[in-house]
Amino acid sequence: MNIYQEQILEHYHNPLNQKKIKNPTHKSCGNNSSCGDSLCIDLKIEDDKIKEISFSGEGCAISQATASMLSEEVKNKKIDFVKKLNKNDILKILELELSPARLKCALLSLETLQKTLENETK
Amino acid sequence: MNNYKKDFTILRNNPELTYLDSTASSLTPDSVVEKINEYYKNYRANIARGVYKTSEQATEEYEKTRQKVANFINAAEKEIVFTSGTTMSLNMIAYGLSNLVGENNNIVTTAMEHHANFIPWQQLAKNKEAEFRVTNIDKQGRLDLNDLKNKVDKNTKILTFTYVSNVLGTINPVKEIIQEVKKINPEIITVVDAAQASPHLKLDVKNLDCDFLAFSGHKMLGPTGVGVLYGKIEKLKLLKPIFTGGEMISEVTCQASTFAELPHRLEAGTPNIAGAIAFKESLKYLKKVGFENIQKHEQKLVKYTFEKMKNEFGDDVKIFGPEKVEEHSGSISFTFKKYHPHDIAAILDQEKNVCIRVGMHCAMPLHREFLNVHATARLSVYLYNDKNDIDKFIEGLKRIEEILG
Repeated sequence: MNIYQEQILEHYHNPLNQKKIKNPTHKSCGNNSSCGDSLCIDLKIEDDKIKEISFSGEGCAISQATASMLSEEVKNKKIDFVKKLNKNDILKILELELSPARLKCALLSLETLQKTLENETK
Repeated sequence: MNNYKKDFTILRNNPELTYLDSTASSLTPDSVVEKINEYYKNYRANIARGVYKTSEQATEEYEKTRQKVANFINAAEKEIVFTSGTTMSLNMIAYGLSNLVGENNNIVTTAMEHHANFIPWQQLAKNKEAEFRVTNIDKQGRLDLNDLKNKVDKNTKILTFTYVSNVLGTINPVKEIIQEVKKINPEIITVVDAAQASPHLKLDVKNLDCDFLAFSGHKMLGPTGVGVLYGKIEKLKLLKPIFTGGEMISEVTCQASTFAELPHRLEAGTPNIAGAIAFKESLKYLKKVGFENIQKHEQKLVKYTFEKMKNEFGDDVKIFGPEKVEEHSGSISFTFKKYHPHDIAAILDQEKNVCIRVGMHCAMPLHREFLNVHATARLSVYLYNDKNDIDKFIEGLKRIEEILG
């Protein structure tokens, strides 16, 4: 299967939500030790909702595109909703089937996002 | 077609497969696979215990490999310990020597080590509050020999270093290094990680004069799960057995145990019998081909790859490690434009059925602290590869530009 679909490439070339947000309420970083990918996420949470999100980092097309698409998906969503997201939701967003190795790339942004929810600044 | 391809079922059955990841693990010729089957089909029994013929036959086959390994590296039979692979060998050496290391000592290694020859020593130093010193490399990924000589002193208990880098392809002057450090400190214990040397170079432990040397079967056409720990007999005696249990003892009472003679005291439990038995078939295969031919063949392919990459992609490709072909083993690590190595490997696989390795190749300090890259892509060649394989790899790289833009 060609995993480099148009939608993925679009987000890879023009990732959304990379602009730094001011005064984030939550921050955290994650990495994938086997391939060296790293990702940092900043959030502004108000009334238990993600009001703003930004991410930055290094990674392959899959990990970068997933971060971009996921960040769009969770905007204005309740924290409880985001906490419940899992592997299958990510694959649905990507509209892809992935091998276990590439699944790790795709899940880095979700894992980091869920970690960020626990990591209030200050 | 390369003449050796026919000896490998996996290549005969998959003519479209281009395997360029032998540095991670080599393919296995049919003669080795048949030998594994021979054991399971004909004399499947435990070794060293049975007094019946089947067990005796298995024991004889197992011990015959020890003899062949000893001949292969110019050692004595009792200096050969079977392990599960290089990682286990190096851990057994590090933990086995731990009582000799104190807070006034230091352990010296290099920036180009695989984690298997880095973390055990880093942890040992930490546990013993000893100093852990990492030797620098130069811009071409060669060991900085002056820095090495500065790092070794009278308090250096152990120098451990790789013969060939799994990332940079650098071939270290092992004999010269050992001679030099012994001048500074005659008591120093030298450990050589030969995992990437044993598939490509003739090993002669007497000529190298190393105290310990470790390598794996699976990188040299052999089965997975069998490796070698070599030690000069007087140095091997220093190793405290870190695994105790069956078959490594002489006498056991409720209060105390005495251990068996070397090498058996370092081989507790039932080993990978089939793997060890079949390992000698891979040594036989390598001997038949000859290391001179292997090296000549690999250098030809490295030269061809260097030229092709340069001609097709110019400065868009950055190759790490020594620039001279004769200084570069069959592992070629590179980056290509801004493309992430994971995407490079995925597209090579998806479009051309080309297998390469990407990531940090179990050498995180090297990538992060010395090469300053997040990850690299690595192709590696072995005796069964040919120019067609490299051509397919180059075509695959072109597809990356087409797909990712």
